Amino acid sequence: MNLAIKISNITKTYPGVLANSDVSISVNSGSIHAIVGENGAGKSTLMKILYGMIKPDSGSIQIFESTANMSSPKDAINLGIGMVHQHFMLAKNLTVLENIILGIDKPLLKNIKLSKYKSEIKKVMDLYSLNINLNQYVDELSVGEKQRVEIIKVLYRGAKILILDEPTAVLVPQEVKELFKNLRELKDKGVTVLFISHKLDEVLEIADEISVMRSGQMIDTVINNNVSKIQLAEMMIGKSLPTPPPRITSSEDEEVLSINNLSSIDEDGRTVFKNITFKVHKSEILGIAGVEGNGQKEVVESIIGIHPLDTGEVVFRGKDIKKQSTRERLESGISFIPEDRQLQAMIMDMNLTNNVIIGRQNIEKYKSNLGTVKMRNAAKESEKIISSFEVKTPSTNTLATALSGGNQQKFVVGRELEDDPSLLIASQPTRGIDIGAQSLIWEKLRNSRDEGLSVLLISADLEELIGLSDRIIVFYQGKLVKELDPDKVSPEDLGGYMTGLKK
Amino acid sequence: MKMRFRVISLSAPIIALTISFGLSSLILLVIGKDPYETFRIMFEYGSTGKSIVSIINRSIPLYISAIAVAVGFKMGLFNIGVEGQYLMGTLVAAYIGAQFSIVTPIHILFIIIVAVVVSSMWAAIAGYLKVEKGIHEVISTIMLNYIGTGLIAYSLTTLFDEPNSNYDLPRTAELPETGKMPSLNKFFNIEDLQDLHGFLAVAILVGILYYWLVWKTTLGFDLRITGSNPIAAKFSGINPKRLVVIAMIVSGAFAGLVGLAPLLGYFHRYTIDFPTGLGFAGIGVALLGRNHPFGMAVGALLFAFLQRSAQILDLNDVPKEIEKMMQAFILLIVVVFYEVIRRFIVKQQIKDASKRTDE
Repeated sequence: MNLAIKISNITKTYPGVLANSDVSISVNSGSIHAIVGENGAGKSTLMKILYGMIKPDSGSIQIFESTANMSSPKDAINLGIGMVHQHFMLAKNLTVLENIILGIDKPLLKNIKLSKYKSEIKKVMDLYSLNINLNQYVDELSVGEKQRVEIIKVLYRGAKILILDEPTAVLVPQEVKELFKNLRELKDKGVTVLFISHKLDEVLEIADEISVMRSGQMIDTVINNNVSKIQLAEMMIGKSLPTPPPRITSSEDEEVLSINNLSSIDEDGRTVFKNITFKVHKSEILGIAGVEGNGQKEVVESIIGIHPLDTGEVVFRGKDIKKQSTRERLESGISFIPEDRQLQAMIMDMNLTNNVIIGRQNIEKYKSNLGTVKMRNAAKESEKIISSFEVKTPSTNTLATALSGGNQQKFVVGRELEDDPSLLIASQPTRGIDIGAQSLIWEKLRNSRDEGLSVLLISADLEELIGLSDRIIVFYQGKLVKELDPDKVSPEDLGGYMTGLKK
Repeated sequence: MKMRFRVISLSAPIIALTISFGLSSLILLVIGKDPYETFRIMFEYGSTGKSIVSIINRSIPLYISAIAVAVGFKMGLFNIGVEGQYLMGTLVAAYIGAQFSIVTPIHILFIIIVAVVVSSMWAAIAGYLKVEKGIHEVISTIMLNYIGTGLIAYSLTTLFDEPNSNYDLPRTAELPETGKMPSLNKFFNIEDLQDLHGFLAVAILVGILYYWLVWKTTLGFDLRITGSNPIAAKFSGINPKRLVVIAMIVSGAFAGLVGLAPLLGYFHRYTIDFPTGLGFAGIGVALLGRNHPFGMAVGALLFAFLQRSAQILDLNDVPKEIEKMMQAFILLIVVVFYEVIRRFIVKQQIKDASKRTDE
């Protein structure tokens, strides 16, 4: 069979992130090929490289067996690659027809012969059995129909390879069915479909081959007839069992954090999480497992007062803190490592000394009686973090953005562990960073735990979760569905609970 | 190394100035005027003693206005309403200040406080609307400018109009002698020239206060981190709503001082020809000075210089609108070059950091 796409050894780094690391993949012509992986696994970076939106640092791409050098989406389109973005690029006050011919660059100032275009587009639609009323305004279409317009649009531009970025994220089940019918039709007519998703059921239903990405790397490509959902889930989140050093100390009985019956409903009336109850003891790491989007992120954000709560209690060291502001909670001994260090934890265009103060603006160490910032203390502290967490940086005056991701994260963890907090909430503390930084952070977390710190650990990395946690709770569809002993649970079982297959 | 980046940063305004002088020269050539000669008369006229006093006087309200705008800019808040805020504050302060007489320092301090309170309350409305009703501050401050202008026109002709005046046009009563700010001419030993506004001293203090507030206090730190990353700011425990209202009030308080240099030093009353547009001009100066107290001082002096020196052009048969174009050129180009330089510095730092990592 001919290869439609052959990507060899692509590497792409951003300041602070290794987005794609030595990625290779081959896609057969006329097949439906799925790429799965968690958020941040590097799928979108790879697709943007394939569509000419960004240039890789190294590696090569072949399209229909000839080397492709793309520097813009225009080049990609000329090579027969079309992309349907997750967010549609349609002008809603124009008709379907106008949207499809929009941006075709030939008759710039000439009369646009609508009828000519119309018959051409009709031909494309007939060929691929795609139906839509060309005269309707896009505004009046359903989401599924809009997506079809996008597909027709790229096919009309001559696409032989169709990239669909999370196409089912916005669709209702009936529309998903319709889409899959259309995709099979396209495949029969020889179109190659690249299907990006993290929904395993759908991938298993539609794809011929499935490639799995995790933390910027291509883990494997499998043929879709001898793979199970659980196997895919394992590949997605990492299956190798870690061998953590056995714990010498043990958790104490004292309850540091006690969550009682927490519920939250969003503006659309959808349940974000419901009746969540758990406790974190002194000197204990409680791991929270769950596929992204199952409410665990919102629960921990509600503990520090960022996400709104409808009912329930958040008891920290014997006191209900539900009414306290985020600032009061942070100052009373809760530390928080948010999942996105660049967006939520650091100010990228400030230097490290300034970044030490983030989240601690009002404590005595950094605020004088006059209301001024004690920069000297901050500089001292940042020196301390840099040396004890082995942060590689020219100086404390370096901008946060100039550091690699691992060094940024080490700095954030160091900051959150200073001043001996009673509780640390760590959300994806080692996502997307190098192994060296990861093992240092693990060691620091373990040591702090042994010295009495309580940790609430949210992670998509099962290795991390099983290796670090003293207990694991599992979230599924906004509910706490299971508590597990990490010493006894297999990753298969854990994956089963996370995806709702096991109960 | 910090020093090196400072020097590089300074190059942006210098490049922008050079290019905008070049572009203005081109335009002068196109309309058949000699650019060299034009700039020569401008500099000659702009550097006379009289002009220098005039330039400093003009730059005082420009500078304070820029600071008012910059407070908002620092946290990503666009207070376009400095215009309405300072006019409202000045009118009310002029009216109340003319009602009584006490010793000069207290009288002037009182007028300042009235102006600051009125302006900051007017600004607080926009803060409230943003926080409680989700109305973008650009929209609300622009609307409040219109409402303010209307209110001023109405109250100046009715409530605040000077009683029993023979003067045709509406105006407030004149401030008593104790409410007039003494000039600095004696202090600097300036003779035979017009008054150098005493408010210059206030402007300098305001610059220092602004610097202290934004770069040294915790409040300023909160403003700056909210400006560069509102999400991280929220995670750090900042209450964004509260901060928006505080920032608007502080910005409005500075705005209250904008009209006081002309009021206390020259006009001594609010009239319908009281200078307007200073609030908008401040936006440009804040951009040019990158919200830095020293940079904005240079920017205010530069714009004041262009305004003053352009006055000679009509007499020499060159349209003085060239000055407005120059201001616009400078602003446009400087914004571009600041960004270019910023990116360059970030790249440089990344390079330095990765060098360190490779070792």
